[in-house]
Amino acid sequence: MAADTKIQQNTPTDYHRENAIRRTRWIMVFAILAVLFLVIIILNVNTGNVDISVGRILNILFTRSGDIDEVNIIWRIRMPRILMAAMLGGALALSGFLLQTFFENPIAGPFVLGISSGAKLVVAILMIIVIQRVGRVSSWTLVAGAFVGSLIATGFILLVSRTVKNMAALLVAGVMIGYICSAATEFMITFAEDSNIVNLHGWSQGSFSGMNWGNVQFTAILVGITFVLTFLLSKPISAFQLGEAYAQSMGVNVKRFKVVLILLSSLLSATVTAFAGPISFVGIAVPFLIKRALGTAKPLVVIPATFLGGAVFCMMCDLIARMAFAPTELNISTVTSVFGAPIVIFMLVKRQKNK
Amino acid sequence: MGDYYFHLDHLSVGYNGKAIINDIRIGINKGEIVTLIGPNGAGKSTILKTISRQLEMIEGRVEFDGTELREYSYKDLSCKMAVVLTERMRPELMTCHDVVATGRYPYTGRLGILSREDEAKVDAAMKAVNASELGSRDFNAISDGQRQRVLLARAICQEPDIILLDEPTSFLDIRHKLELLAILRRMAKAENITVIMSLHEIDLAMKVSDRILCIKGDHLFKEGQPDEIFDEEMIRQLYDINNGFFDPLFGSIELPKVGGEAKTLVLSSCGRGVPVYRRLQKANVPFIAGILTENDIDYQLARLLAEDIIMSGVYETLSDEVIQKALCIVDKCDQVIDAGVVIGETNAGIAKILEAARTQGKLEKM
Repeated sequence: MAADTKIQQNTPTDYHRENAIRRTRWIMVFAILAVLFLVIIILNVNTGNVDISVGRILNILFTRSGDIDEVNIIWRIRMPRILMAAMLGGALALSGFLLQTFFENPIAGPFVLGISSGAKLVVAILMIIVIQRVGRVSSWTLVAGAFVGSLIATGFILLVSRTVKNMAALLVAGVMIGYICSAATEFMITFAEDSNIVNLHGWSQGSFSGMNWGNVQFTAILVGITFVLTFLLSKPISAFQLGEAYAQSMGVNVKRFKVVLILLSSLLSATVTAFAGPISFVGIAVPFLIKRALGTAKPLVVIPATFLGGAVFCMMCDLIARMAFAPTELNISTVTSVFGAPIVIFMLVKRQKNK
Repeated sequence: MGDYYFHLDHLSVGYNGKAIINDIRIGINKGEIVTLIGPNGAGKSTILKTISRQLEMIEGRVEFDGTELREYSYKDLSCKMAVVLTERMRPELMTCHDVVATGRYPYTGRLGILSREDEAKVDAAMKAVNASELGSRDFNAISDGQRQRVLLARAICQEPDIILLDEPTSFLDIRHKLELLAILRRMAKAENITVIMSLHEIDLAMKVSDRILCIKGDHLFKEGQPDEIFDEEMIRQLYDINNGFFDPLFGSIELPKVGGEAKTLVLSSCGRGVPVYRRLQKANVPFIAGILTENDIDYQLARLLAEDIIMSGVYETLSDEVIQKALCIVDKCDQVIDAGVVIGETNAGIAKILEAARTQGKLEKM
C-alpha cells in the first residue's frame, strides 16, 4: 500500500524528467573518468625510481628534448607502459562486460572463467618453443596464440554450461580450468631452459613492465578496432540483456550474435594476456562499478565508460604495483585482486540477498 | 484454409526433432483472441515457442499475412509479432520505461537511440496499460501485476499484428488478472491485434476468448468458440477430472459433492440456498436440496453439490406428489434448514413441509 501511495504522487511524464537527470549523471561520470584518466597519466609519468619534475616532464613530452636519460625513461619506459596499461585495462574490462552479457551473469569475467589462463598456456608454449627455435616471437603470433587459447578455454566453459545451468557451479568450473592451465604453464616454465624464463615468469604472473612503442601501436590498432565493433553492437547487446528469447523476438539473430560476442571478448582478453599476462578481477569489478556509477546497464553508455574505467583502474593499479614497495615491483594481479576480489565478494553476497 | 489471417497447417511441434503435439490445423482471423488451454505440460508453451520461432517446427507450416514463418527475416518477424514470455527476467538497472522502450527495437537505428516519435509511442503504450506512473521505477522492484502490464506495454509499442502471451496471468491476483485480460480484449478489438495466449484459468479463458484450443496428449483435443465447446464433460475429459465440477454456464469450478447418505434437507429459492450449500459442503455435510425449479439459481449449484434434489416444474403449482416426497424426506432427515424460502401462490405447499419439520423439532432458520 505504501508503494501505491508513492506512485500516486508521480505524474505520468515523471520518467522523462528522470531520464534527463540520468543523462546529466552519465555526462558527469564521463567527465570524472576523463579527469581521473589525465590525473593518473600525469601521476604515472611523474612517479618512478628516477625523480623527474613535472616541468621537465612536460618539456620532454612536448618537445622531446632535455636530459637524454630522462627522455629515455619517459619515452622509452614510462609512456609505453602507461598507454599499454590504459588500453589493456580498457580491453579487459570490456571483455568482462561482454562475457557478463553472454552468460547473463554479472560475476563472469575472462579471469574467473579460466579464459585468461587458457590464453596464458598457449602463449607460454609458443614462447618457449618458438623462442628456442627462432629467437623471437612477433606480436601477431602472440596474440593469435592467446586468441586460440582463449577460444579453447571458452569452448570448455560453453561445454560445461550446456549441462550446468547454475552460474556458481559454472564459475567453479572456470576457476578449475584456470588452475589446470596455470599448472601446465608453471610446469613448462619450470622445465624450460632459457634466459627468457625470468621474463616469462614475470609475464605469467601479469605485468605491464617492458612494453615498447611497437606493442603500443599494435595494441592500439587491434583494441581500437575491437572497441569500435563492440560499440556498434550496443543495440543487440541491449536486446540481449532481456534474455535470449526476447532478443530474438526483437529481431536479433541470436545464434550469430552469440558467436560474435564470444569472438570479440576472446580477442580483447587475448590481446591483454599476450602482452601483460593474466590480470585478475578487472573484468568483473570495473563493469560493476561503472554500471553502479552510471545507474544504468545501457550498453551505449556502459561500453565506452567501461573502457575508460578499465583504463583508469589498471593505470592506477600499475602505479601502485610499481610504487608500493619500490624498487621491488608487485605483480599487477596482486594489486587488482586487492581491489577487485572484495568487490566480487560483495556482489556475491548481494546477489544471495536478492534471491 | 479459407481467408484466415493466421494458419497452422498440419503443424507438429516438439523438442529436438521429436514431436509432442501432432497435426495442428487451425485458421485464425485478424483481431481474434485465441486461447490455448489444457493440463500442465500439455505443450501449450511449446506451441507458442514454435509460432514465435524460438523452437524449430517439426513438421507442417505456420503462415500469416501471406508468408510462411520461416521465410520471415528475424527483423521482419519482429515488426509483426511481439511476445510476453513466462520466464522471469531480471534485467540489471533498468527502469520500466527502459523495458518498454526496448519494444521499439525493430524501428530504431544502428545504435538504438529513440526518436521523438518512438518516445511518443512508448508513452502511448504505457498509458494503454495504465503503467505511466511506473516509468521511472526499477523493473525488478515492482509487483508481478505491474510487471506483466509493463511487459504488455513493451509488446504493444513493438506495434505488432500478433501478440503471443505465455500464461500472462500466472502470478497475478484476481484483480490484476481481470485488468490484464480487459486490456487484451480492448486491444484486440480496437487495434485489430491478433492475440494468441495460453491460460490456466478455464473460467477466464471462456470469457475473454473468441476461440479456444484445447490441447491434450499429442493432439489438438478440441477447438472452437467458447460457447460451442465448453461443457462439463469436455472439461472433465480435458483435465481428467473425476472429483470436481465445472459449470459451463457461469464458468465456475466446484469441488466434488460430499457423498454419502444425506441427513440434511435445505429448503430454499431465489439463490438463497447458495451460501448454505457452500457452508454445508465445507463442513462436509451431505444434503438434499429442495424444492427447486430448473430456472432457480439455486438449482444450478444444487445440481453440482447436492446428493439429491426435490424438483418441481417451472411455473407450476407444487403438486401433492412432490409435497409427499418432501415430507418423506423430512421424516428421514435429522435437520431441515430453511434458507429463506419465499412462499407464493405456486409453492404454498412448502408451508406444510416447514410445519412438519417444526413439529418434529428439526427446523433451523438461516
